[in-house]
Amino acid sequence: MDLSYSDEEKAFRAEVRAFLEEKLPKEMSDKIRKGEELGKDGQEQWHAILNAQGWLAPNWPKKFGGAEWNAVQRHIFEEEAAAAYAPRIVPFGLSMLAPVLQKFGSQEQNDYWLPRLLAGEDWWCQGYSEPGAGSDLASLKTEAVLNDEGTHYIVNGQKTWTTLGQHANMIFCLVRTDKTVKQQEGISFLLIDMETPGVEVRPIILLDGTHEVNEVWFSDVKVPVENLVGKENEGWTYAKYLLTHERTNIAGVGFSQAGLTAVKRIARAEMSGGKPLMQNPHFAARVAQVEIDLMAMSTTNLRIVSKAAAGAAPGVESSMLKVKGTIIRQEINDLARRAAGAYAMPFASEAIEGSNLALPDPLNAGPVAAQYFNNRKLSIFGGSNEIQRQIIAKTTMGGGA
Amino acid sequence: MNFDLTEERQMLQDSLRRFLRDKYDTATRNKILESDTGFSGDIWNGLAELGVIGALFTEDQGGFGGAGFDIAVVFEELGRAGVVEPFLDTAILGGGLIADLGNEDQQAHVEELIGGALQVAFAHGEPTSRYDLNQVTSTAKVDGDNVVLNGRKAVVVNAENADMLIVSARESGEAGDENGISLFLVPADTKGITLQGYALLAGGRAAEVTLDDVTVPASARLGEAGKAFKAIEARVAAANVAICAETLGAMETATRLTREYLMTRKQFGKPIGTFQALAHRMSDLLIEMEQARSAVIVAAGNLEAEYKARETHISAAKNLLGRAGRLVAEDSIQMHGGIAMTQEYELAHIAKRIIMADHRFGDTDHHLERFIALAAA
Ligand SMILES: Cc1cc2nc3c(=O)[nH]c(=O)nc-3n(C[C@H](O)[C@H](O)[C@H](O)COP(=O)(O)OP(=O)(O)OC[C@H]3O[C@@H](n4cnc5c(N)ncnc54)[C@H](O)[C@@H]3O)c2cc1C
Ligand SMILES: Cc1cc2nc3c(=O)[nH]c(=O)nc-3n(C[C@H](O)[C@H](O)[C@H](O)COP(=O)(O)OP(=O)(O)OC[C@H]3O[C@@H](n4cnc5c(N)ncnc54)[C@H](O)[C@@H]3O)c2cc1C
Repeated sequence: MDLSYSDEEKAFRAEVRAFLEEKLPKEMSDKIRKGEELGKDGQEQWHAILNAQGWLAPNWPKKFGGAEWNAVQRHIFEEEAAAAYAPRIVPFGLSMLAPVLQKFGSQEQNDYWLPRLLAGEDWWCQGYSEPGAGSDLASLKTEAVLNDEGTHYIVNGQKTWTTLGQHANMIFCLVRTDKTVKQQEGISFLLIDMETPGVEVRPIILLDGTHEVNEVWFSDVKVPVENLVGKENEGWTYAKYLLTHERTNIAGVGFSQAGLTAVKRIARAEMSGGKPLMQNPHFAARVAQVEIDLMAMSTTNLRIVSKAAAGAAPGVESSMLKVKGTIIRQEINDLARRAAGAYAMPFASEAIEGSNLALPDPLNAGPVAAQYFNNRKLSIFGGSNEIQRQIIAKTTMGGGA
Repeated sequence: MNFDLTEERQMLQDSLRRFLRDKYDTATRNKILESDTGFSGDIWNGLAELGVIGALFTEDQGGFGGAGFDIAVVFEELGRAGVVEPFLDTAILGGGLIADLGNEDQQAHVEELIGGALQVAFAHGEPTSRYDLNQVTSTAKVDGDNVVLNGRKAVVVNAENADMLIVSARESGEAGDENGISLFLVPADTKGITLQGYALLAGGRAAEVTLDDVTVPASARLGEAGKAFKAIEARVAAANVAICAETLGAMETATRLTREYLMTRKQFGKPIGTFQALAHRMSDLLIEMEQARSAVIVAAGNLEAEYKARETHISAAKNLLGRAGRLVAEDSIQMHGGIAMTQEYELAHIAKRIIMADHRFGDTDHHLERFIALAAA
């Protein structure tokens, strides 16, 4: 065992750091640091910068145009990117759909969609959840019926919680193609162009005032049969494969590290009893505890991803990463809001946009409470923490759990 | 011992609950939240007529209540309905300080306030004071018959709607001293006052208040020069009873909504409340609710007690409500799943009220430390 980074890994870190210093636009990192939204344009700009470097798809094999980084490299990049306040890569197309296409898609689908993904020509969103199908995803009802000629599916139904669907032109969906069999056996994986007539996107406003998720409605939407991924009625297998990729990304060690830095920054400036809050033993102890958890978590993450890189499919471990990673991130969000004291109270979007208001406090602490509320989602989406615990229990003790 | 409400308080609770159930539904409240003023004049007047403000003052002060239990009864109901109107700021804090310290002329404002015609705000906290009540750096300098105020006040809730600000400023000593702090009754339109207003995450509005050579007659001082600290502390104690009771009411709504949801939402073919992972958490929430209720009762009952008993129970309650409130808010959201994250769903607002209550007059940690210090004293 060797717990120190090798010379190559150190060189890689230096390379990443130099790249970020040179290529990450200052106004972009400023926005991220202040918790502002980057918007579609900003996101696309960052993707293009990464693509020019060949780093937009770190997890893809080289033959598809990816960087094919190993787990340690990805970890280093994530750490450096978060520390530099770089935007996060929008995961839906690049790290969720792409692995499915690469493993189960046709040659034509890979040839067509993967280059477009790298070039930023499509913005993908994920159409899994429905109002009645959340944790129980397999009970989904959105229906796709093949027309008589066998050229098109006709899709009817409703998806919900579609993250950034307002920006997207493409959605990958789970749809029901056979109602007569066991739930899991009648589901297919379909790629749908959102500009097709019959697709309607309606906004859902979250509790922190942000427009991040949407409802997507389908009425008699015509989808060419070429847009079916893999085989009809085998979508559940692909869906589950995708979910393990979704979950590994949710550990978010880099985000937690950046969040912890922010907590300390606020707590050094905020005064309590005439001294900086960071010198308050009680608060300092809380920060130290979560920092200790995060240090171990960072190593757990490395252990698990390097095992996965060596060939083992991430299974129960990705559930463990998700549960622990989200608990730590949410705890850091809680500390940040506490650190800000009364200045956590302003409604963030007003403070953030700053149009009519210089931030009321000197610390840019404005959005911390909004972030705390928004990040309650971390333990709900991508398979809730209860569902993850259930998976861990089932795997370690068998079906009885 | 008797844990029942008196007949008068029971009636107040019933009528207030009925009023809010009829007039303050989620849709109405969400409209108020989006409005420019952040509160509804109709609701304000309706509640004033019902006697809600009067219940927060003693008979000597022109009201018909004013004790810890009166405050608790009113604010528990306000919390249950997620009311965003600034009763705490106008009645308990601002109005309370006028009633406690004001001379005869100044007392006249209390009557107006009880009738609903006058709104005030308490401009005390400063950018670096955090939750310490003695960290006042704003200054008050006597200039002949006048007093000149300078400084900056942070997150002053209801400042924009207020006809008058109750401003604390230092006449002597240094930040951190209890002696030397005075209070002044300052009409909001006095020259030299600048407000920078903003909406609050959990509803209502606040402002940064800048005092730039604000000149008021010496008769604007509330009580004796430099001796306001004890009165401020006592009013903040009352405010914390109110905040704790309000949080308790909000927690009751959160647990009710969650219990109902667990019994109706189906996944995997059965109500999610049948999953033990959720059922046990619901049980824990109910246990914590009972603890929270006890803490509020004891704090309210000690509001008129001597200093140490009063402050010990206030800090105990604020710490416990902070912890139990966080548990209830977070677990309620979690057990609802995505739906609880949407702005228009009742729970989202209620959860924000619960969590953000921790940021007024001392959070869980602040009051834990205070509890320890009081015990050692
Ligand atoms: C901000 C946000 C963004 C999202 N983005 C997307 C997206 O882009 N695309 C997409 O398809 N979906 C998305 N989702 C949906 C997300 O995946 C679902 O919210 C999630 O699967 C939970 O489903 P639900 O909200 O219906 O909750 P429910 O499934 O109704 O769960 C309610 C509660 O019951 C618990 N529960 C359910 N079943 C069990 C059980 N068997 N044992 C124990 N506890 C159980 C849950 O853990 C939860 O606490 C998003 C959600 C949010 C909040
Ligand atoms: C110090 C001591 C003194 C005692 N004195 C007496 C006495 O005077 N007279 C007497 O009759 N008995 C006595 N008991 C016995 C006591 O009542 C039992 O220990 C208790 O009922 C639990 O039974 P068990 O130990 O067999 O655990 P089990 O019933 O085997 O339980 C093991 C674990 O599984 C959990 N569990 C079981 N069923 C469920 C479920 N449906 N859902 C979730 N979790 C579950 C339990 O909570 C526990 O954590 C005593 C026990 C102790 C330790």
